[in-house]
Amino acid sequence: MAGEHDVVVLGAGMHPWGKWGRDFTEYGMVAARAALADAGVTWRDIQYVAGADTIRNGYPGFVSGATFAQKLGWTGGRVSSSYAACASGASALHAARSEILAGFCDVALVIGADTTPKGFFAPVGGERRTDPDWLRFHLIGATNPVYFALNARRRMDLYGATADDFAAVKVKNSRHGAHNPNARYRTEVDAAAVLNSPVVADPLRLLDICATSDGAAAVVVASQDYARHRLGTLDGAVRVRAVSTVTPTYPQARLELPDFATDSTAVLPAPALGFKDSIAAAAYDEAGLGPDDLSCAEVYDLSTALELDWYEHIGLCGEGEAEGLLRSGATALGGRIPVNPSGGLASFGEAIPAQAIAQVCELTWQLRGQAGARQVEGATSGLTINQGLFGHGSSVILTR
Amino acid sequence: MATTSRTAVPAADGWFTVSDRPKLLGGCCPACGTYVFPPRSGACPNPDCSSDELVPTELSSHGPIWSYTENRYAPPPPFEATDPFEPYAIAAVELVEEGLVVLGQVAKGVLAADLRIGMEMQLELDVLRRDDEHDYLVWVWAPAAPARGGA
Repeated sequence: MAGEHDVVVLGAGMHPWGKWGRDFTEYGMVAARAALADAGVTWRDIQYVAGADTIRNGYPGFVSGATFAQKLGWTGGRVSSSYAACASGASALHAARSEILAGFCDVALVIGADTTPKGFFAPVGGERRTDPDWLRFHLIGATNPVYFALNARRRMDLYGATADDFAAVKVKNSRHGAHNPNARYRTEVDAAAVLNSPVVADPLRLLDICATSDGAAAVVVASQDYARHRLGTLDGAVRVRAVSTVTPTYPQARLELPDFATDSTAVLPAPALGFKDSIAAAAYDEAGLGPDDLSCAEVYDLSTALELDWYEHIGLCGEGEAEGLLRSGATALGGRIPVNPSGGLASFGEAIPAQAIAQVCELTWQLRGQAGARQVEGATSGLTINQGLFGHGSSVILTR
Repeated sequence: MATTSRTAVPAADGWFTVSDRPKLLGGCCPACGTYVFPPRSGACPNPDCSSDELVPTELSSHGPIWSYTENRYAPPPPFEATDPFEPYAIAAVELVEEGLVVLGQVAKGVLAADLRIGMEMQLELDVLRRDDEHDYLVWVWAPAAPARGGA
């Protein structure tokens, strides 16, 4: 399966997720070196660095492409630095792919790394009374889990989801993550542990909500010509078939982080595809594939309940059917369509600029058959999806 | 200092009226008629409309709950939490006429167990924080009369 707009993933590398509070570039360098080694290229070979930014680590985080180019040693190559909140990694991959497909470069490094504070994500400092992200904390105390909880409550009241269903997502992902050397949490969690953890934002409990972590991920992507030259053949190569970075279509009628209100449906009706649906739809359209073609998926389980939302948004089942799909075992390793074989955010915690790239690393290893005890047998295609604050879609489809 | 002479002022200027029957203030596009909340000046968000004007407008002050939650831990600053922290609910309420869903704190004493999706709510004001001279007010959603009641 191939398309002229495919680029090839030559290498993938990560620094394990954890909580150490060290300089984020330390983690990034480990991931970069690992991706370069995996690709069989040297730093000198890289013509373009696409950095995914972090906003909590000072100026170097805002210019991550240049930060890592300098750390690796200036070579005169070109750089970009992308910020799209949780979608930053996909934006960086999009930038690298565009440069390659435009013929401006042959091989690029995509990299993201973060060091995160403890506890709730809070807005960046200062009193900023015109910044909605500052105001939602000040006026309402609307933390990120508040928004996760609003969605979880709708699953319960409209579709009959239960706290047991949410716990089952955590149990599944912890079982997957126990086999992942890059995961922060590698202990299997049982349902009782989830159900006995304290409520943070009703109905979500502490173990329903992902932690914030330090971590780093990187991939080396190349043109098909460059990859063919390096590998001898493109047979079996992992291809990027789609990168969806769409924004919402007005009116965005579902309340989303960090907004106080939806758009108005008074004049224009809500679009047939809501934002989360449209992220996956654009990726499927670009790849010429559909949900039935997937071997596995990496979805952004900021909360257990949100993983269930994603089943529906990426078309694994109809609206209101995610709990049934989960209970059937289809989304566990060994099932029809394993979701989050990496262990997901439940096992990693969120390292914002690295997370979308880490999803691509996982699918690369799955498609190569290198995922060890968490291998999805015979995986040939996979989809990643997530959504960044302020309307950033992020979905990548990979095949071999 | 005496605390009896504090002046009530909005914690967010121009987001709601201060009265016994408060109203949220939004913006309305004079060209296409769409609404925004919070209020702002400048361009209409409708991509088919090129108006650069949004007129301040009073919005509906009641509607059904779209979803709700309850904070059991103190949110971080710039939220000013009570010590000890008292859990409180948050609701997203549909303003049917304007086609908006608006988030807000729920009136004190009304917790998640008292709420359900579709339940009718109405706008009230409460004190977000105080200093020596001011009560800073914020909008809150309260169960519409007469069903008001905290367990």
